[in-house]
Amino acid sequence: MNAPTKIETTLKDWETDQEVRWCPGCGDYAILKAVQRTLPQLGCDPANTVFVSGIGCSSRFPYYIESYGFHTIHGRAPAVATGVKLANPDLDVWLVTGDGDGLSIGGNHMMHVLRRNVNMQIMLFNNEIYGLTKGQYSPTSRIGTSSPSTPAGSIDSPANPCAFALGAGARFVARGFDVSKNLPDVLKAAHAHQGAAFIEIFQNCIVYNKDVFNDFAAPKGADDRQLWLEHGEPMLFAGGAKGLAIDMETLDLKVVDVVDGDWEAAGVLRHNVTNRTIAHMLVELTFGPFPMPLGVIYDDPAPVFEQAVTAENRRLSEGKEPNLAALLAKGQTWTVEA
Amino acid sequence: MATQTTAPRSDLSKQDAIVVRFAGDSGDGMQLTGGQFTLSTALAGNDLATFPDFPAEIRAPQGTLFGVSAFQINFGSREVNTAGDAPDVLVAMNPAALKVNLGALKPGGLVIVDTGEFTKRNLDKAKYAVSPLEDDTLAPFDVLELDISALTIEAVKPFGLGNKDALRCKNMWTLGLALWMFDRPRGPLKDWLNAKFAKKPDIAAANIAALDAGHAYGETAELAGPLRQVHLDPVLSEPGLYRTITGAEAVSLGLVAGARLLRLPMFFGGYPITPASAILHHLARLKEFNVTTFQAEDEIAAICAAIGASYAGSLGVTSSSGPGIALKGEAMGLAIMTELPLVIVNSQRGGPSTGLPTKTEQSDLYQAVYGRNGDAPMPVIAACSPSDAFECAIEACKIAVDYMTPVMLLTDGYIANASEPWKVPDPDAFERAPAQFLEAKNGPDDTLLPFKRDAKGARPWIKPGTPGLMHRIGGIEKQVDTGHIDYAPDNHQAMTDARKNKIGQIAVPDQEVCLGETSGTLAVVGWGSTYGPIHQAVSRARAKGLSVSHIHVRHIWPLPANLGELLDQFDHVLMPEMNTGQFKTVIRDQFLIDATPLTKTSGQPFAIAEMEAAIVKYFDGEAGNEGGEVPVNDGQLPSPVGE
Ligand SMILES: Cc1ncc(C[n+]2csc(CCOP(=O)(O)OP(=O)(O)O)c2C)c(N)n1
Ligand code: SF4
Ligand SMILES: [Mg+2]
Repeated sequence: MNAPTKIETTLKDWETDQEVRWCPGCGDYAILKAVQRTLPQLGCDPANTVFVSGIGCSSRFPYYIESYGFHTIHGRAPAVATGVKLANPDLDVWLVTGDGDGLSIGGNHMMHVLRRNVNMQIMLFNNEIYGLTKGQYSPTSRIGTSSPSTPAGSIDSPANPCAFALGAGARFVARGFDVSKNLPDVLKAAHAHQGAAFIEIFQNCIVYNKDVFNDFAAPKGADDRQLWLEHGEPMLFAGGAKGLAIDMETLDLKVVDVVDGDWEAAGVLRHNVTNRTIAHMLVELTFGPFPMPLGVIYDDPAPVFEQAVTAENRRLSEGKEPNLAALLAKGQTWTVEA
Repeated sequence: MATQTTAPRSDLSKQDAIVVRFAGDSGDGMQLTGGQFTLSTALAGNDLATFPDFPAEIRAPQGTLFGVSAFQINFGSREVNTAGDAPDVLVAMNPAALKVNLGALKPGGLVIVDTGEFTKRNLDKAKYAVSPLEDDTLAPFDVLELDISALTIEAVKPFGLGNKDALRCKNMWTLGLALWMFDRPRGPLKDWLNAKFAKKPDIAAANIAALDAGHAYGETAELAGPLRQVHLDPVLSEPGLYRTITGAEAVSLGLVAGARLLRLPMFFGGYPITPASAILHHLARLKEFNVTTFQAEDEIAAICAAIGASYAGSLGVTSSSGPGIALKGEAMGLAIMTELPLVIVNSQRGGPSTGLPTKTEQSDLYQAVYGRNGDAPMPVIAACSPSDAFECAIEACKIAVDYMTPVMLLTDGYIANASEPWKVPDPDAFERAPAQFLEAKNGPDDTLLPFKRDAKGARPWIKPGTPGLMHRIGGIEKQVDTGHIDYAPDNHQAMTDARKNKIGQIAVPDQEVCLGETSGTLAVVGWGSTYGPIHQAVSRARAKGLSVSHIHVRHIWPLPANLGELLDQFDHVLMPEMNTGQFKTVIRDQFLIDATPLTKTSGQPFAIAEMEAAIVKYFDGEAGNEGGEVPVNDGQLPSPVGE
């Protein structure tokens, strides 16, 4: 992101006069509030902020944020946002997409916006369902998801958004969920990151996929099932009684018990957001045997696409006069006398 | 042995235009030979038109029929509008080139063959059981058999090149002979070779030696064989500075000029596809003109990024060919719905699907005019020649910004690749009208109305980053003026009408007649690259006293307001198109006129003779033989198989 001048705003300044049309109880409300609460804390300027989205319940988001907004077409928001950033790199762009929008029809564009590393925050609202089209299973739906198009349960293997993002070359990968109090911190870290920042936000579709994330998101026992990652801190959960360590036999992560708080003795890893290898292991963990890793999983900036394009345009223009008349008359010419 | 007459059968010196085709293996450098011959022709002041025709394969196996690459040029001491029907002279660098191209050669024409390449192996590859030099295959023609390979090796001997490098100079030897034949100086070509091989002076010297040797051969051989030197006087063209230009160059330059006249940075999003890629390649080298080029992951991303750039205040441009344009359809709808400026260049090729990637066709007209979901009107402009594409591109940019709409510019494979002399325009001659952005709220009581329309029906252009003008746009139907989401029936009716009327009211110049009277027996109505053959055919028919006029339409949508009335002044309307009759449908629909189609879909441009034959039928007294399909004419230009 870019923060040229920080300005003072309140949550109210980021609300539009449009009636919010999500189903009552939809997780999107909580995400909207979290974003509206975070933007003033970041000092963002509504005039310099652009929310770009695709199509889906989630992609209605820009209508409810008092900034510039572009509700585009299904799956193509990353491409539109790339054009916005190339035309004006100073704009602070947030991309809003869903699991269908971003990983099904728009999977290709998602891969390329991450690989190119265009500087923007990408919020993928993962409700593991196609909400807007009334509940068909999506590419992130778990096997066996029954839906109007899979009445006997889905049979194809789901995509893992964070693993996809890392595989595509993302330099920032984080996870949060709609009602989590930590979501604003994740958003802030994404905003601070220079380059494409990918945030998977688990979102409860109360109508078509109710409470699918309760296994880890439900407040009761959350501590045992959520691993909130923090740079430089040990990977502990269950109130510090458990942690993640490297299994030297399999070269993979394992859960270890921490006795008397001595996590070092237990071999628990300290989270290092720049460690790409560990990041790959974290996003691949199977929930159940392992807790759900949340927070900033990976954050290691690399050159930003639109800055490189701007620099290249400048370099290639250096010392060249943009003389149109001369350009038109380039090459071998001849004169016909009067 | 082929017939070798002492005097040429057709006397080229009596013609005011000559067609030459260079044909060889893909690796023989025929396109380069043709390009340099074109330059020398232009420098000699002749009018010209060219048609490069190359295989779809990148490196087709040597000596094969589908690896033949050809370059045809028509040049004259009079106005030339097409690359010519049948060549007067065919240069065949190997048996395959002879086989593929011989059918096209004019009876009595001159064929120059490199006998050094007529080996058993090459004859087999060209599927010749008997060498055509040894039976009567070449009997109808004048033949000049030369061992160009050996002559070249001999000429470059002093430079100590290996056999392979020495043979690379063959095309220069041939070019030297051609330059002698048409009385052209070698100076500019030598300068070019010296510049091109500045770092390899011995290669430059060898090429020049080959060029000189070819030229000297002409001088000495003149009296003996069918070879005669021919001189064509320069055409009397308008005074001024000239250069040659291809359609792809002209589109690129026109886009640059168009954006500059509007004082806008240009953002170009593209994805490689034949024959559209050349525009991306040209623009990628013009960064100093405030051009950003973006090779996207696909055509959808290319147009979407261009839309994003337009939204952010640049002039978004995207370009493709049929299959890619199909992919862009949904995004065009988004640009229409959000009313953002955008230029879409479609370099048409043969379709459907992958079709004929390297061949020309005009079959995307329906796609351009109608090819989107919903009522999605969009202006369409068609360039009729390489040089015309320059002005068309400028106009497309201007309409896009003036009316806040995507605009499609149609060219085709022929226009994209063909080159012609171009009088270099003065950029100051075009209207300079900087684009306007909204800077302050435009509604009553300090409100913003992003979809409030001006007198032209266009909404304001509002750049993100402008303080106080935050608003949301999108593909969902919007309320009149405010742009808020609104599904109400009367609102959708009002917005549909507004979008339709905005495009319908675009100020399009009245249609003029480009040759002939404004009324009469027959109007031949064309669009796009059929301009040349129609123009020549109409001009020939008129010379015979027939009442024919040529009308060529640039503004496909909206159509010129006077067009219907103009066509009513003719007894008959004939519409030649390189498709199955698409513009004909539009004209019939819009004006209820009984337009007759004349169609050709063999991937080749119309020949003048084909067009002329169709015109004459209106005057032969036989009823019911007008229009129809032009039969496939294999001889016209080689048709290598593509992917
Ligand atoms: C080209 C196209 N295909 C299909 C649709 C229909 N469609 C709209 S939203 C959607 C899926 C949305 O799912 P997701 O991205 O997960 O968003 P959610 O509604 O769950 O937030 C589909 C298939 C469309 N609008 N455009
Ligand atoms: S369908 Fe699901 S995702 Fe969509 S608004 Fe309703 S609850 Fe939210
Ligand atoms: Mg979803």
